[in-house]
Amino acid sequence: MKRISIKQEACIGCGLCQVYCTVEHSKSKDPVKAYLKEQPKPVSRVRVETNKPNSISIRCQQCKDTPCINACLTGAMTLDKQTGQVTHDPEKCIGCWTCVMVCPYGAVKPDSTGKIIAKCDLCPDRETPACVDNCPNEALVCEEVEEQ
Amino acid sequence: MTKYVIIGGSAGGIGAVEAIREVDPMGELIVISYEQVPQYSRPMISEYVSKEATLDTMKYRSDQFWKNKNVKLLTGRAATKIDFDKKQVELDGKQRIDYDKLLIATGGKPFVPKMEGADKTGIFTFTELSSAEGIEAKLETSKNAVVIGGGLIGVSASEALIKRKINVTLVELKDNILNLILDKTASELAEKVLTDDGVTIITGQSVQRILGRKDNQAAVGGVVMTDGTQIPCDLVVVAIGVIPRTELVKETPVKVNRGIVVDRLMRTSIPDVYACGDVAEAHDFLINQTRLLPLWPVAHLGGRVAGYNMAGKKTEYEGGTVMSSLKYFDLPVVTVGTVNPEDLDAYEILIELKPEKTVYKKILLKDNVIVGFIFLGAIENAGIFFRLLKNHVDVSEIKDRLLSEDFGIITMPEQLRQKMFVVN
Repeated sequence: MKRISIKQEACIGCGLCQVYCTVEHSKSKDPVKAYLKEQPKPVSRVRVETNKPNSISIRCQQCKDTPCINACLTGAMTLDKQTGQVTHDPEKCIGCWTCVMVCPYGAVKPDSTGKIIAKCDLCPDRETPACVDNCPNEALVCEEVEEQ
Repeated sequence: MTKYVIIGGSAGGIGAVEAIREVDPMGELIVISYEQVPQYSRPMISEYVSKEATLDTMKYRSDQFWKNKNVKLLTGRAATKIDFDKKQVELDGKQRIDYDKLLIATGGKPFVPKMEGADKTGIFTFTELSSAEGIEAKLETSKNAVVIGGGLIGVSASEALIKRKINVTLVELKDNILNLILDKTASELAEKVLTDDGVTIITGQSVQRILGRKDNQAAVGGVVMTDGTQIPCDLVVVAIGVIPRTELVKETPVKVNRGIVVDRLMRTSIPDVYACGDVAEAHDFLINQTRLLPLWPVAHLGGRVAGYNMAGKKTEYEGGTVMSSLKYFDLPVVTVGTVNPEDLDAYEILIELKPEKTVYKKILLKDNVIVGFIFLGAIENAGIFFRLLKNHVDVSEIKDRLLSEDFGIITMPEQLRQKMFVVN
């Protein structure tokens, strides 16, 4: 199972992970269009927190006890048996925010429409997630962790 | 080979099926449900009535779920008796089936108070698909509805009916709607959102009597309020609350308080008999006692834990607490724990209020531990607070920053951060 781990001491709080995440999850995959034109606005599934001089880049950590899946009211949040990943089905999501309430990382949030949630999907179209690929200080590592 | 019987095929029963099958793929597994299609999401009844969901899209698990989990599903059947000595469940007063491990996940039933006129047609509850279908059939000829009860279910019923262009009067006996999970300030902000979207809210009163129609006394024509006011309507939704469906264990040795009392392994007082969900009184991690918590996620988690233990994988239930997230008319709200205590002096309360943005945050602390919070209009990161509350974390070092905009995991002292937020 893949998971993105965070080397906090290497994070410089530049916020590029958020930018690349947003663009990767846009329709156009073009930064200018993604930020200025697209509706609904694509959102970053990564959050950079800063508490000077420290910073940290946070997204879904694929918790083993899967609080979001257990709490989901509709069955939209599931564990993908093949990949072992916590997976969100936007078609089944009604935006009840129960997962937002229980995610210990604050890594699930309403998207820009306010109708459904957005969370890290580990960039299924890419070999390595966009935030990891583009972190200038190698603070993010996509690693294989033990299956559950 | 162990024979498992589960009474109830909703959130708790499904959680138990999934857990049992993780541990024991082979044991015989029977689920009894009085419904035909039990695997739907009850919280989505509102979406079904508002036509934002269909029966198909409101499925909590796919139709193949039972088959995939090798479950013998008995639908449209009622468990009528449990013989704990012979370890048998009686079906529809006749057939008996044996069990080695039994789970009672019978849920709750809507409470309908005795009142004059309650036998008329056009009166519905709002907790299961059949009620939703009844309402759907009635909507074509309805213009005005009265919803009795301003709790979670009453408000979601009101929203659904407004979306179907029905005039809605919501009646709440207490001074504010959602008074069990919000404080006055938050209730008033929510009331404003509801009112702006067309709901008429009457508080401090109840419905005394339901009237018939002039041309048909057997059908609902209106209601009479405590002060004598009459409100004409053709549809009444009763949403006062749910009570545990404990009939099956009445006058049996199973210990029942308000619900069936279970321990941290979800066991009842009888060997090999478990209970979970709305029918059970299980551990609350905030008050460290058992209590009724008729909430979908709590039922599902309790069912999972029951399932693991039934299948022999000893698992302790971490417990639940009062916790709700809402999105009525697009207003997001998360509310957890103690938010409206009577003995205010015993709490330290942090508040941020921006009424112009419909944003309100309130955090209640006792001895430097978060015991409750309301986030209204701005819910991001609510889960971080939920974890702090659940783990009874001493937040004295970060108390002054809890409401600051940049509060997050990074704000926490290194030691705490390492302890709480490693991947588990």
